[in-house]
Amino acid sequence: MGQFLRDLQTYSFLQYALFAGLLTSISCGIIGSYVTVRRITYIAGAIAHCTLGGMGAARFLQKEYAFSVTPLQGAVLAALLAACIIAMVKRYSSQREDTVLSAIYSIGMAIGIFFISRTSGYNEDLMSYLFGDILMVSKKDLLLIGALDVIVVGVVFIFYNKLISVCFDEEFARISGIRVELFDLLLLLMIALTVVLLVQVVGIVMVVAMLTLPAAGAGLLVKRLWHMMVTAIFLCLLCTTGGLAISYQLDFPAGATIIIMAGMVYFCIIALKKWGKT
Amino acid sequence: MKKTVIDVQNMSFSFGSLAVLEDVTFSIKEREMIGVVGPNGGGKTTLLRLLLGLLKPDRGLITVLGTPPEKASHRIGYVPQHRLFDPLFPVSVLDVVMMGRVGKAWGGPFSKEDRELAAQALRDVDLFHKHQDAFADLSGGQRQRTLIARALASSAELLFFDEPTANVDSFAEQNIYNLLKKLNEKLTIIVVSHDVGFVSKYVSSVVCVNRLVHIHPTSALDGKNILDIYGADLAMVRHDHRCSEKGHTWVNF
Repeated sequence: MGQFLRDLQTYSFLQYALFAGLLTSISCGIIGSYVTVRRITYIAGAIAHCTLGGMGAARFLQKEYAFSVTPLQGAVLAALLAACIIAMVKRYSSQREDTVLSAIYSIGMAIGIFFISRTSGYNEDLMSYLFGDILMVSKKDLLLIGALDVIVVGVVFIFYNKLISVCFDEEFARISGIRVELFDLLLLLMIALTVVLLVQVVGIVMVVAMLTLPAAGAGLLVKRLWHMMVTAIFLCLLCTTGGLAISYQLDFPAGATIIIMAGMVYFCIIALKKWGKT
Repeated sequence: MKKTVIDVQNMSFSFGSLAVLEDVTFSIKEREMIGVVGPNGGGKTTLLRLLLGLLKPDRGLITVLGTPPEKASHRIGYVPQHRLFDPLFPVSVLDVVMMGRVGKAWGGPFSKEDRELAAQALRDVDLFHKHQDAFADLSGGQRQRTLIARALASSAELLFFDEPTANVDSFAEQNIYNLLKKLNEKLTIIVVSHDVGFVSKYVSSVVCVNRLVHIHPTSALDGKNILDIYGADLAMVRHDHRCSEKGHTWVNF
């Protein structure tokens, strides 16, 4: 662990990585709790895979036509678009929801792969999109991550009561005069923003694990939604910081280390609960 | 003269080509306690959802508290069945009751008034001592009372109950009936129930919903089942007229 702490003082990329992990943990704990209690991990997964389309297209435009658009910005656009499409399908379409989500999921990825194959030069991007590269986070990325964090926390702070009502009992919420579709969309948009943050840290493929494992672990420990959010934020912090330190020290891939840690934390909580009962 | 709170005129509703309710006409006056009975799949829940404005009638007119149902729904306290809830959802009893206040503000935290109304609603159902407990840790009867408190916290003028005693033990059932009787002193109450024994004992009138049986006896909605169950019910409640304390009137169901 000494090497990590020593290098942390010298290398800015390591500091950025640590900050990215800290900032992401906040949104991840809050939105992960909603995703878990509302049982919509598959929607989060579909949005996550769609971001590849946005990142691929943005990288293509950036490299081939010198557009000033970063893959992270492309990911934000793709995720928000996917969230809007899913909300519309949920509301207006009579199609099976899982079919539509699978379509969005795979079409988004296909678009991404298409653009990446058309982008010149040796392409390492794909791997970092899929599996995350927290050590590559730039100062500019960090600012965007911070801004997204502020939006997510602000919206949830203002509409916490409405969102919990919609998640707990949609019908009662509608009868009480809450515009359920609006808050459903709002929640999906917040999920989209959080997914983008997490893609930076753990990559597209492992986003869902980060949204669910800390929140599910927290849910086993506490009995109220906002307690669950706070606990989940701490578990996320533990996993991102711990995972980053371990992976740096032992030269493991950071994203995978973070996820394995999240998995271990979750199973430890389950084991402790079982052990505590007997 | 008591005010009419619900008025339904020649209302029909169907799901696609399947007629569920046809030419329904009835009205309910304030502070009545009405039981809605009928076989499973007979349209009881559909009627309730129409009165709440969640569904629109194909024909006819529904007026609730003097306006179309969707404009009145926030003045209705709806109490669904407690078993429909996710037992893993992390909410306290007070959190659930506070949800009765959420529709009243644009956002932000709850006001002091909201908190007081929720606390009072919990006292009314005799559950204040449990307000910090997890909703999931309560018994079936206690959960049902929590949901009643949520409806009361919304300052409703009308209470709708969907099978209030389904999945609770007989002691809790008695408890809930007594609570309904007490609430009925101030509020109009509509109780959907398959429990005809309850209906005949507590409510002032009975509305029987069974249109589907006659139109589609062997429909996809399990028509044989409907006939079997309704056959048993018929022994206790006539389904072609409305029975009230003042006598019997024929209605157009």
